[in-house]
This record gives sequence, C-alpha cells and structure tokens, in this order.
Amino acid sequence: MGEKVLLVDDEKDFIEALGERMENRGMDVSTTTSAKDAIKRVKEEAYDAIVLDLQMPEMDGIEALKAIKKIKPDMQVILLTGHATVEKGIEAMKLGAMDLIEKPTDIETIAEKIKKAQANKIILVEKKTEEKIRKIITTKGW
Amino acid sequence: MSYDVTGEVGLQFFGKMIASISHEIKNVLAVINENAGLLEDFILMEEKGVPLNPEKLKRISTKAKEQVKRADGIIQNMNRFAHSVDETVKTIDVIDTMELMIKLSARFSDMFGMSFTMGSHFDPVKIETNPFLLQNVIWFCLDNIMNLAKNGDTVSIAVEQNGCDVLIRFFGISGLDGMTNCDLPAERETILLKALNGKLQVDNGAGEIVLCLNGNKN
Repeated sequence: MGEKVLLVDDEKDFIEALGERMENRGMDVSTTTSAKDAIKRVKEEAYDAIVLDLQMPEMDGIEALKAIKKIKPDMQVILLTGHATVEKGIEAMKLGAMDLIEKPTDIETIAEKIKKAQANKIILVEKKTEEKIRKIITTKGW
Repeated sequence: MSYDVTGEVGLQFFGKMIASISHEIKNVLAVINENAGLLEDFILMEEKGVPLNPEKLKRISTKAKEQVKRADGIIQNMNRFAHSVDETVKTIDVIDTMELMIKLSARFSDMFGMSFTMGSHFDPVKIETNPFLLQNVIWFCLDNIMNLAKNGDTVSIAVEQNGCDVLIRFFGISGLDGMTNCDLPAERETILLKALNGKLQVDNGAGEIVLCLNGNKN
C-alpha cells in the first residue's frame, strides 16, 4: 500500500493538482484547505506524512505544526512555503519539522521526502516497540 | 511633499507590499506548475496505454487560464503601486487608491481572518496629494485595523467628499469598542499625516476611524 499523506494548503487548486499527481504515484492522499481541520484529522487518522503550507488564514503553518506535534510527537511534517527564509526554516526544524520545501515544487522531490518520512516513521515505531518489549522483559520475572 | 519624510518607514512599506505580491505570484506559479505536471503524467500514462480523458484536459486548461487571469490582476496592481512613486504631487481618485490598497492588503487580512469591503461609488473623489504617502498612511490604517479586528470581522470603508476635504471612513471595527486607550495616531502615522495635511480621528464607541485629508493646497 502507498504512503498515507495529508496535504494542507489554502490554495485549493494547488492541493487538488498536487494530490492527483501524488495519487498517480501510488500514494493515498487526503487534502484540506484548513489548518484547524488538519489538526482534527490528525487526532482521528494515522498518516505517514503531512505536507503543510507555512502561511494560511486562521492558523499559520508554524502554529499548526506545534499543535500537530503536541498531538502526535512522531508525526512527520514537511512544510511548504512560497519564500523560505533561513529564520523560518530554523524555527520549523527546531519545532520538529522533517523538511521545508519551496513552491513551486518538484513532484519527485516531494515523493522522495514522503518516502523518507514513511521510513522515519517505521524506524520510530520499531524503536518504540523494541523499548516496550525490553521494558516487559526487564519488569516481568520470567 | 518629498519622500524624505517617510525615510526607512516608507521603504519598509514598499518592501512589504512587493514581498507580499511576490508571494502571491509564487502561489499562482505553484498551481500552474502542478497542472503542467498533471499533463505530463497523463501523457506518460497514455504512452502506457491509458487513454487520455478530454474532460481532464479541459479542466487543466481552464485552471491554467484562471491562474493567468489571477496573475495578470496581481501584476496590474503591482504596476499601479510601483508607478505611485513617479510623481510627488498628483491629482488622484481616492476611491481608486483605496480599492488598490484593499487588493494589496487582501493576503494580510486573510491571515487575520477578516476582510475589508467598500460600497459602490459612482463619482470619483479627487484630491491633489502625494500618491505614495497617501497609500502608506492608508496601509497604516488597514494594518492597525487588522490588529484590532476580531476573526470573521468585515470592516467597511467609505470615501466621502466633504467640501474641500476627503474623508476615508473605516467602520465596524469591533476591537475598538471598549478600548479606552487607543494610541492612534502613533509616531509613524503622525509624520505622514503632517506631510499630507491630514488627520486621523478615532471614535472608540462607534468603532470607527476616520482619515481626513485636507484638499486645500499647502
């Protein structure tokens, strides 16, 4: 099964076209134009990666990133921006964003980063499972 | 009325507007880029035996045309704004200027979750002034209002001729209500108002800010 991705950008025409291209590459894509809706979906669904626009009405990408990381600290978030400033990039990375991509984007770059996000997620899940098993082994007296 | 009065503040205003415009253009390019990419995908799929869907092609063509129209509007606004520094004194239509400033500020007001609206005006409201300085002081008004407004607010704007004076009224500013200490005009507005021979009146109770421009030559 392909990577499960949530695309968040207030430019409806942009996410529709990008979403269709990602689906053409075998990904399972959901889209939303609202950061608040994205946060709601993160609570309800599991995603391999979220592609999130940095500047949106209601709530900007940095605020949305903070909220997402609070709900799911391991969530892999790739930020999209019209103009990447060094300051914004550093701020996003400090908050746990996986990467920052400048618009217009290259689909192969995004696809590559999403694959990396899925791999990161698998590593994190395996690490957590390993820790759980180790904890059980050390606490139980078998 | 030279630009010296604005100095760094004027340059910052010019830079802010141009940066915002470039951001909007980037968004347009991003949509066109993804739709061009979709066309490439369809061609690759057709080469692998998936027939082309004329409806999908038509949809892409429509999207591209829409974005070209959108970019054309953005660039027209940028061009008008850029030419506002051509002459230091010019007779202008304040309604036109106000409409341009609303368009240039739309991305910012969207970010604040509010909007500006202007009623219909049939006759031009003319004044002899420095077009760039006027745009700058209008931007300061809009910027202050965006910071005062609440999410979902729509602030109305009316341009009125009052004898020789021109009044730009901003009303329905919910954030002004109940404010006992509004620091408007601040230093940045005061410098421009002096140069434009204008004044700024704040009516907290009515939720209204009025920019009054004296039409008499200095």
